[in-house]
Order: sequence, then structure tokens, then C-alpha cells
Amino acid sequence: MSPRARTLADLAVVLALAAYAIPFFWQLLTSFKPEAELLRVPPLLPSRLTLSHYTAVITQSVMPQALVNSLGIATLTTLVSLLAGVPAAYAVARLPLPGKRFLLLAIVASTAFPQIATVSPLYLLMRTLELRDTWTGLVLVHASFALPLTIWLLAGFVREIPIEAEEAASVDGAGPVAMFRWVIVPLLAPGLASTALLTFLFSWNEFLFAYTFTVSEASRTIPVALALFPGVFEVPWGDIAAASMLASLPPVVIVIALQRFLVRGLVAGAVKE
Amino acid sequence: MTGRERADRRRALVYIAPTVLALGVLTVYPGIWVLWLSLQRRIPIFEVSRFAGFENYAFLAVDARFWSAGKTTAVFTLGSVALEIALGVAVALAINTQRRGRRLALSLLLLAWAMPAVVAAKLFEWLYHPSAGLVNVLLGWPINWLGDPAVALPAVIFADVWRTMPFVAVLCYARLLAIPADVYEAAQVDGAGRFATLTRITLPLLGRILLLAILFRSLDALRAFDIMFVLTGGGPAGTTETLTVYAYRALFQTLQLGFGSAVSVVVFVLVMTVAWAYLRLLRAGAVTA
Repeated sequence: MSPRARTLADLAVVLALAAYAIPFFWQLLTSFKPEAELLRVPPLLPSRLTLSHYTAVITQSVMPQALVNSLGIATLTTLVSLLAGVPAAYAVARLPLPGKRFLLLAIVASTAFPQIATVSPLYLLMRTLELRDTWTGLVLVHASFALPLTIWLLAGFVREIPIEAEEAASVDGAGPVAMFRWVIVPLLAPGLASTALLTFLFSWNEFLFAYTFTVSEASRTIPVALALFPGVFEVPWGDIAAASMLASLPPVVIVIALQRFLVRGLVAGAVKE
Repeated sequence: MTGRERADRRRALVYIAPTVLALGVLTVYPGIWVLWLSLQRRIPIFEVSRFAGFENYAFLAVDARFWSAGKTTAVFTLGSVALEIALGVAVALAINTQRRGRRLALSLLLLAWAMPAVVAAKLFEWLYHPSAGLVNVLLGWPINWLGDPAVALPAVIFADVWRTMPFVAVLCYARLLAIPADVYEAAQVDGAGRFATLTRITLPLLGRILLLAILFRSLDALRAFDIMFVLTGGGPAGTTETLTVYAYRALFQTLQLGFGSAVSVVVFVLVMTVAWAYLRLLRAGAVTA
């Protein structure tokens, strides 16, 4: 590569990094800025750092409860969709299934499903079943919405398991439950991790359903609480920045610590179609 | 059919049953119900509820706000997807040339993609603040990004591009990693220049993944909701109101369940048509690629 092309590429990378690092840093800085200095820029840098926004968010807002709700709902969503998705993916990948082509088509089509299309009937359904403003309601909706992608990803990962492993276990007399417990799930572990991460993130980030089906802090998730963050006279930018930081914690952890699995899931979802 | 095959089929049905039940009750049934709702005039607060046939759709044909939302959806989708693809490919190519810092670059990019859209919206709301926002401070020019009808839609598109370009970049980057080095060596031996290598080798090899990225991103952009709902709520003067936002406001802010459902059905048909067209294109392309 010529020196000029190299400089150009370096410049592009630096620009891209700046375009992402600066907004993150600015929001982080805002969350530690004293209230009085928020709207007084320049100077860009604060005279001192304060934890007051975090204290306010933790002691006076609904964010702590929203964090608990989001953690609970996203975890349960992941569990439910994996519990239903692993056997379904196995059936799709390995077993003779009547109408399999149609089923696969339905799965692909439903990954394209816009949420707005079903939000009105689901709202009526939630009201009738008295599931509005409950964890159960949101978990059911999130899990069913995540299922097609879950199955799609997992079916791809199941196909990668050498069939000999299953045949050997079958010869040794393993029943279906033992087969899942001792052969399929352990061999599927990295794929399960990737799928679980994407499902968790989907539920953690999901806004439209969560905003529509929740009424109170009993079930409001983080994105909803953040969107509805109250201000008395002025918009509390510092508090919102602090709340944003809390809302980003799990995604940050996932991106930094579990990047390998995340990228694998992301790429698998696109390439296998 | 042998006993083993029969047992396998039975097992398959048992395995798939929870999924079929869940999707049946929570996706297919509501999907049919919404069609039925869209044929009704239903305004719960006035206790209006009657069959209206195609009245809602007939009204859409002459509803200026609906056509304006349709145009906004088209501009948002085309603008946002085009920018994401161009920038995503450029960033992926640039990262691929680096020896160090790839992980840091990927982490920063993925973070923007992985955090809630609502967080990104709040972040941009603050960056766009008329007097104290970083954008205006750096520009030295007080532009009311989210309040001025002339610039609000580009501002929303920019925020969306920032949030979702990483998806394109990561997909392309993963594809670039999978291109064996000897392909490039062979090109070099054959005397291909930098530009020829890019246009004749790299981009064609990215072709399929780019088509897929365009598909996913277009579907997401067509149904995008969070970013404009939180950033602008569809304003100012309706300039950022997409079809999805219009449907939502009709359903849950003016509480017209029937009419809002009709708009939702339009979004649904639009998304499915685009998905179907792309899949045909991909299948046709699969033969040549």
C-alpha cells in the first residue's frame, strides 16, 4: 500500500474513532458536570466533577426500579426464547418436519415483521388478559418477537455440530433429554452465548412495546424510564446523562467482555440467509 | 415410513409446538386482527365502535399528513441507508488496513450499535442543544437542529446513521477478514493497481454481504420509531413524522384504534414488499455470485 493511501486510511480511522469517542465522552462528562455549568459553554471542561447527578438519579428517580425491571425482563426473555428456541432449532435443522419449507419461510418473514403492525391488537390482548404493566406480558411479547431470529441463528449453529457426536450418543442409548443435556447443549455453547446476547440486547433496548404496555414503574424498562425522564422547570441534562450511563451498562459490558460472541452472532444472522 | 422416522417426526412436532403456539398467539393472530381492526371505526373514549369497511383506507388516499409521512419515511430510509452503506464500507476498509487498535475501533463502533436507541436519542438531543450543544459550540453557529423544520430531518438521519453505521461496518469488516491474502497477492502479481483491486476484487467480494446489509438496514429504517419519537416526537411541523410515528400517534395519542391500525397495515405491507423484492434480487444474484 502506498504511503498516501495509508495516510488516508489512518485519517479515516481517526475520524471515525473521534466521531464515536467524542459523543460518548461528552455524555460521560455531562453526567459529572456541576448543574450550574451545564448550559454555560464554553469552557468545554468543567471546573470540578460531581457525583450529584448520579445521587439524584439513584435516590430520587425511578431509574433503580427500571434497572431491576429491565434486568429481570431481559433475562427472562432470553431464557424463555432459548428454552423454546433450542428444541425448535434442532427440529428445523435435524429432524423431518412436515411443512418445513413453509415454516422456514414464515420464520424469515417474521424477522422482517414491523412491531407497529401488531402493537394495536397486542395492546387489546394485553388488556383483556390483564397483562398490561406486568413483567409477564412484556416477557411474552419480547420472547415471541425474538423467537424467529433465535431459531434462525440456533439452527445454523446446530448444523455445525458434527452429526457423528449425536449418532455416537444415540448408539450409547442416550434418550432425547440426555442428548440435549450432554451432547447438543455443550457443543452448542458458543452459539447459545451469541444468540443469548443478541436476545438480551434486543429486550434491553426494545422501546415500542415496552412504552405501550407499561403504565407504572412496576414494569417500566430502562428505555421507557429514560424517554419519560421528568424535568420540573428545565430539562435535567446532567441527570439524563447519568441515567443514560446506567442504561448503557449492560451493553458496554457485553461489547467489551463478550465481543467475540456478539460479532459471531451478528455475522451469523446475516450470512446464513 | 419406519418406526424410527415416525418417532422423529413426532419428536419434531413436540419440539416445534411451543414456538408455533407462541408465534401463533402473539404474532399471527395479532397480524390478522390488525387487518380486521383497520376495517373499523374505533375510538374507545367516545365509545365509537363500528364496522367501516375501507373508509380508513379511503381517507388515507386523501390524507395529506399520511402522504407527508410517507415521503418522510422514504427520505429517511434512502438517506440513512445510503450514508450508512457508504460510510460503513469506508470504515471497514480503513480499519482493515490497521495493524493496531482494531479492537478498540470495533468496541467503540459496536457500543453505539448495542446501546438502546433511546440512549442514542438522548445523547443527540443534548449534542444538538441550541445553545449548549457540542455541535453548535464547535460550529460556532446557533442552529436549532431539532426545532427548525429545514434541518430537523437531516439531524435525525445523522443520529440514526451514527447509531447503525457500525452494523454495516462490522459485517463488511468480518467479510474482509475472510478474504484470503493470496487473492490480493495474485492481483498484485497481475499488476492490478490500488483502484483496480478495490473495484474489481474487494467490492465484488463484498457484494453479497452489502446486499444483505442494505436489506436489513432498509427494513429497520422503514419501521424506525424510537429515534424520531424520542428526539423530535415527529416535529417540528411534522417534518420528521414517519409512517410508523404517524400510526403510533393515531393509535395511542389520538386513540383512533381503527384508523391507526390502517396506517400500521400500510407499514406492514410496505416492509414486506421491500423484503420480498430484495429476497428475489438476492436469489437472482446468488446464481451469478
